[in-house]
Amino acid sequence: MTDLNKLNESIISGDLNTSVQITKEALAEKTDPQEIIQKYMITAMDVIGGKFERNEVFVPELLMAARAMKGSLELLRPLLAASGIEPQGRVIIGTVKGDLHDIGKNLVASMLEGSGFEVDNMGVDVPSDKIVAAVQSKEIDIVALSALLTTTMPSMRDVIEALKEAGVRDKVKVIIGGPAVTQEFCDQIDADGYSENANGAVSLARKLLAS
Amino acid sequence: MRTTGIQELLKSRSLLFCDGAWGTIFQFAGLKPGESCELWNRDQRKKVLEVAQSYVDLGVDMIETNSFRGNGITLAGIGLENDAVELNRLAAEISREAAGDKCLVLGSVGPTGKILMMGDVSENEMYDTFAEQVHALEQGGADAICIETMSALDEAELAVKAAVENTDLEVVCTFTFVKTMSGDYKTVMGITPAQMAEKLLSAGASIIGTNCGYGMEAMIPIVKAFRDFDSNIPLLVQANAGIPKIEDGKTVFPETPDEMAGHVPDLIDAGVSIIGGCCGTTPDHITAIMNKAKVYHTANS
Ligand code: B12
Ligand SMILES: [Zn+2]
Repeated sequence: MTDLNKLNESIISGDLNTSVQITKEALAEKTDPQEIIQKYMITAMDVIGGKFERNEVFVPELLMAARAMKGSLELLRPLLAASGIEPQGRVIIGTVKGDLHDIGKNLVASMLEGSGFEVDNMGVDVPSDKIVAAVQSKEIDIVALSALLTTTMPSMRDVIEALKEAGVRDKVKVIIGGPAVTQEFCDQIDADGYSENANGAVSLARKLLAS
Repeated sequence: MRTTGIQELLKSRSLLFCDGAWGTIFQFAGLKPGESCELWNRDQRKKVLEVAQSYVDLGVDMIETNSFRGNGITLAGIGLENDAVELNRLAAEISREAAGDKCLVLGSVGPTGKILMMGDVSENEMYDTFAEQVHALEQGGADAICIETMSALDEAELAVKAAVENTDLEVVCTFTFVKTMSGDYKTVMGITPAQMAEKLLSAGASIIGTNCGYGMEAMIPIVKAFRDFDSNIPLLVQANAGIPKIEDGKTVFPETPDEMAGHVPDLIDAGVSIIGGCCGTTPDHITAIMNKAKVYHTANS
């Protein structure tokens, strides 16, 4: 029997080769993909996310872990789809218009993906109308917006206003983040929630979809 | 008389002064979010020259250039990669025009925004991009290259090497550090001041330091960390005017000129060699800093 705890460890340490190899072995032994994800992968992302939050690891370690997790997830995803298992939720994420910072947003995207969400990463400098169009044309549960500049934070309000104008605001939950974002700002622009880090983004997304 | 360089100046004076922010001043002057500052070197030359002149007029020892995001990789993000050489040359020409022989011109080089380990760009591409930029800055009349706001060691090392190997200029390099939960300072990539200093000095930088960040006071422990590592190396500090907040829809940098200047004595005691400003600072901030430093110096000599 493959020791799946090693999968958990390899994701935490960012070892892509090992995580892919163990995933293959586990699949050859007909382990339930759902179990692999829930028990060994999501917990790994929780651990590394917590370490990042406490400054025990930094951006490179988090990126490596996300890459190892993605490598395994790519093997599992077709099996999940084939057995009709739904993702935890469907998310579109982007950095708002005028803002080119993407490191934090990509970390949030990876953490959500690693935690079982289906994530469409729309990149940086994303205009409101693109987001509205995506919400109108696809089944989406969560719109996640990132802004690092105080000068682009108002663009998050613009997105929410545009969603309202298009009559689709209630179709989705809007979550926001970035170093200068506060709960107060979140309330002011009528977003559904904010979080200070990638780990918190996952629990926020789960909480909003459960309610 | 045009002086030979920063290290030369530091032989006769223990403290030098540098300019403050450019980008945030452009924002107040109408630069829209997402609009390229560097394009202003061609389209709004007068406005850029005005900012440069406003700092030269204070009597600082050196000013920077409007080229922070002027590397080809970053410019490619907005379709301007073919304009990199021209925009950087213009940036240096504008600062040179304002500075004349009165002060030195530091060609500003910021990060590309790419992380090497992600594999989006190769080390060679990154090196070539920096080489192109520093060469154009030298052509435009820069006296030194200032590689700033870096957080990744590999990227900064490539930039320093590109400057050392492709120009005859002095090379300055500053990192942006954040306070960790344990209270010490590291970059978002996890690099300490000592790790940074060691790597970049051996890559050929002759002046190192820190910029941006959390305001003036937070720079003091960072300077001490550098000094614990090396007691002689020239250290440049350019602090933000605090962490920006939004008030009534406008970006506000909270630290006043007097507040920033208030920390100058401690910064001098910690061992800083050159003081300037980053995001949110204005000529008023630099004036207050210079005055405070002079008063402190006179009182202590
Ligand atoms: C790297 C960096 C850059 C790089 C960006 C590279 C890239 N590919 O992203 C470059 C050099 C391009 C850059 C450019 C600029 N930058 Co910059 N940059 C930074 C820096 C140093 C680090 C940002 C970072 O990646 N942090 C690491 C990540 C992991 O953290 P994070 O982004 O905060 O994300 C976390 C949380 O916020 C949260 N989160 C983020 N998004 C979301 C979304 C959701 C939905 C949720 C729930 C959570 C969440 O989770 C993340 C993970 O835990 C910061 C300073 C700093 N130390 O923060 C300045 C900083 C953000 N930049 C700043 C500035 C001013 C600029 C420029 C305007 C500079 C200039 N004069 O040209 C330009 C603007 C370009 C533009 N139009 O966007 C200022 C912003 C100040 C302000 N006015 O608000 C900062 C704060 C520096 C400072 N102290 O003043 N920058
Ligand atoms: Zn700054």
